[in-house]
Amino acid sequence: MIVRIMGEGQYKLSDDVRQRVNELDNAAVAAVSGDNEDGFHEAFEDMLQLIRSEGEHVADDDIEVSDVIVPPADTSFEEAAAEFSGDGLIPD
Amino acid sequence: MAGMSGRMSTVIKAKISKLLDKAEDPGETLDYSYTKQLESLQQVKKGIADVVTAKKRLGMQAQKLEQSVVKLDTQARQALAAGNEELARTALERKQLAQTELQGLDQQVAELQAQQEKLTESEKRLRSKIEAFRTKKEVIKAQYSAAEAQVRISEAATGVGEEMADVGLAMQRAVDKTEDMKARASAVEELEAAGTFEDLTMLGEGKDDIDRELAALGAGGAVDDEMAKLKAELGTGSAPPAKGELGAGEQT
Repeated sequence: MIVRIMGEGQYKLSDDVRQRVNELDNAAVAAVSGDNEDGFHEAFEDMLQLIRSEGEHVADDDIEVSDVIVPPADTSFEEAAAEFSGDGLIPD
Repeated sequence: MAGMSGRMSTVIKAKISKLLDKAEDPGETLDYSYTKQLESLQQVKKGIADVVTAKKRLGMQAQKLEQSVVKLDTQARQALAAGNEELARTALERKQLAQTELQGLDQQVAELQAQQEKLTESEKRLRSKIEAFRTKKEVIKAQYSAAEAQVRISEAATGVGEEMADVGLAMQRAVDKTEDMKARASAVEELEAAGTFEDLTMLGEGKDDIDRELAALGAGGAVDDEMAKLKAELGTGSAPPAKGELGAGEQT
């Protein structure tokens, strides 16, 4: 699966990492719906870190279409409401 | 897998389909896409230049405020030495205000610096993708039938379109932040224009009553000094109290 973190570029994720990202995605959705700002930031930050560290960076001159778009790292809790609802970023 | 979800994905999909809508035949789509990509790259360059300009402006303001802090501190000391506690307090209040504004500005300059670096990285990525697209474009034109070319073009154009949408959003966020900062910079400029951070002993445009009062004190101290000297020379009377000797105009 190819994931784009807005403002940072694209990463290729293995199925295993995809699953872990999906769990954090769901945690972020739960935090947003529970109005838990700290919980959201924690889940979101972990998610970004996981993608950056475990994902394989897609080369700049490699033209790929992303399967999932992750909002930028400086996404506020208010902005997150529009992203992290229902299934979150990754459909379950 | 259902693919992209979330608002960000929706926004990007909409932007890409807008880019692809225009042309029907493959050759046209290729050229149109490429032109749009180059335009987008130009916009990013302009966006970066705007951020740099905003950063420079804030940096210059910060420098001015730093000077004001030093000046106001000196003047507070002078006023206190001259025995005018009230004016010393005023100078210190203004120094505080200038320091608070300065902290805000420093933070904003740092924020803009980060924005600039991010945008520069984004620009580099987009440039690489556009270059790859240009190469691909020629291959597609030379090697594929119209139907197959359409599919490949669509893929490539969507991929670059995604990068363009990404950069576009990053720029939008940078512009929003820059606008906020411009508003703040204007507020600081208004304070400056009102003489809030300026030399309290200097008379001129935009000076208020407190400025004039302190200026008068400085002048008064100088007059007192001269009077004291004169009195000493002539050997008449006694020197005025210590207050005069430590007049605001003396220390720098």
